[in-house]
Amino acid sequence: MIEYNRPLPVPDGDTKPYWDAAREHRLVIQHCADCGLAVFYPRAICPHCGSDRLHWVDASGRGTVYSYTIVHRAPVGFTDAVPYVVALIDLEEGVRLMSNVVDCTPSDVQIGERVEVVFEDVTPEISLPKFRLRRV
Amino acid sequence: MAREAAIVGVAESDLGVVAPKTVLQLQAQAAKAALEEAGLSFRDVDAVFTATSDWSWGPSMLLSEYLGVRPKITDSTNIGGASFEAHVGHAASAIALGRCEVALITYGSTQRSLASRTLGRPGPASYTEQFERPYGPPLPVGAYALAARRHMYEFGTTSEHLAEVSVATRKWATLNPKAYKREPITIADVLSSPMISDPLHLLDCCLVTDGGGAVVVTSLERARDLRKPPIRVLGHAETHTHMTISNMPDLTRTGAAITGPTSLAMAGVKHDDLDVVEIYDSFTITVLLTLENLGFCGRGESGEFVSGQRTAPGGDFPMNTNGGGLSYCHPGMYGIFLLIEAVRQLRLESGPRQVPDARLALVHGTGGVLSSAATCVLGRD
Repeated sequence: MIEYNRPLPVPDGDTKPYWDAAREHRLVIQHCADCGLAVFYPRAICPHCGSDRLHWVDASGRGTVYSYTIVHRAPVGFTDAVPYVVALIDLEEGVRLMSNVVDCTPSDVQIGERVEVVFEDVTPEISLPKFRLRRV
Repeated sequence: MAREAAIVGVAESDLGVVAPKTVLQLQAQAAKAALEEAGLSFRDVDAVFTATSDWSWGPSMLLSEYLGVRPKITDSTNIGGASFEAHVGHAASAIALGRCEVALITYGSTQRSLASRTLGRPGPASYTEQFERPYGPPLPVGAYALAARRHMYEFGTTSEHLAEVSVATRKWATLNPKAYKREPITIADVLSSPMISDPLHLLDCCLVTDGGGAVVVTSLERARDLRKPPIRVLGHAETHTHMTISNMPDLTRTGAAITGPTSLAMAGVKHDDLDVVEIYDSFTITVLLTLENLGFCGRGESGEFVSGQRTAPGGDFPMNTNGGGLSYCHPGMYGIFLLIEAVRQLRLESGPRQVPDARLALVHGTGGVLSSAATCVLGRD
């Protein structure tokens, strides 16, 4: 097996439920019981209203590309992957996250494209949510 | 009425590649020169401001110790490249309250000599970074590329628009003997330079150099008795909107939309009153976003605004008159050099690159990944 030499997330008190779910190929986000808004990244306090009543909910895994860049000069660990797409994805639930758009040629990616989550099992403990184009 | 503040000394250290000099030597060198041009010494300094992300956990303590200064005000606020514009604001506020008399603001970096600049580091990703670094964004350039792509999508901005900034800034650098890159470039050169993080090319990106600088601030009253003409701190404002680019609420709206109007209102100055502007140019898109968020043009209009080499020498909007971070120097956190250049322009010391009779300047720093914003409005006494 090839050693995985890219930065790995370090699950912590805020984020362990997120990464535990990802390992089961579920994308979860937080939902505020007081203001009703979705929250990402995971935290102890709702950044919209200050409530500490945040609950985990399953996300649909569907979203759109808010912006993207095609990386040609990569950080350590990623140089063998260029060119690759780093994108900001707006999930249907109203939160934004960074990911890669995979299983496509980079020039196929456009702002506004519909995408859906896929999971890449990079180590026995960590699965990374990534996205692919959702073509009808 | 509260005491007004004025800048009375500015200086760079050695720039470019300075090995084996250290960051402390660079700051001492710049600080001594800035104090001496004012007719002050280290004994007069009672407030110390500096910022770093790499050479100390307590940089204002370390620097004060090194310089033999025991400050009444100590401030290591680090909001990236905009730190020093924020420091000027903090110093002005402390001077207004009578809490200090002579504030020394410094910066130093040997990132080029140390070859310490990378697009990202290996190793585990903690806290909010765990939601970005596993995906390989080259930082900071990738974050700015995301903003550039979004600006292109929303407003039809082009790579040529971005290149206008590189080309105009290089023209100013040809007039500055201290500039690191002085050969003229064309828009075609920018567009044919290697793609780093699409849509940003190599020549859309700032330099990686060593360098340091210093700025000395005191009360306007005291400034009037010193060697150099006082440059008044008429307005200042700071903010930050996010830390990581995933958390920037809108990739085309920066904190400049807050700090621009606030600092101009404090100064009682309108955009048209300004003679020269020094705008943080970590990347070409940084300049376009800043210009429109500060209100020099409408939203989405910055590409057209800079077209036709409007910001170049001889253009009607003199900007980044030292050659900027794109061509003069960029030692990691560039904000202090914006202040140094604005002060020299307002003192009419800028030789072949002097903006005729410059009286009012706006300086705007941007830090992180479009994360922080700090603006100063400066004027001749």
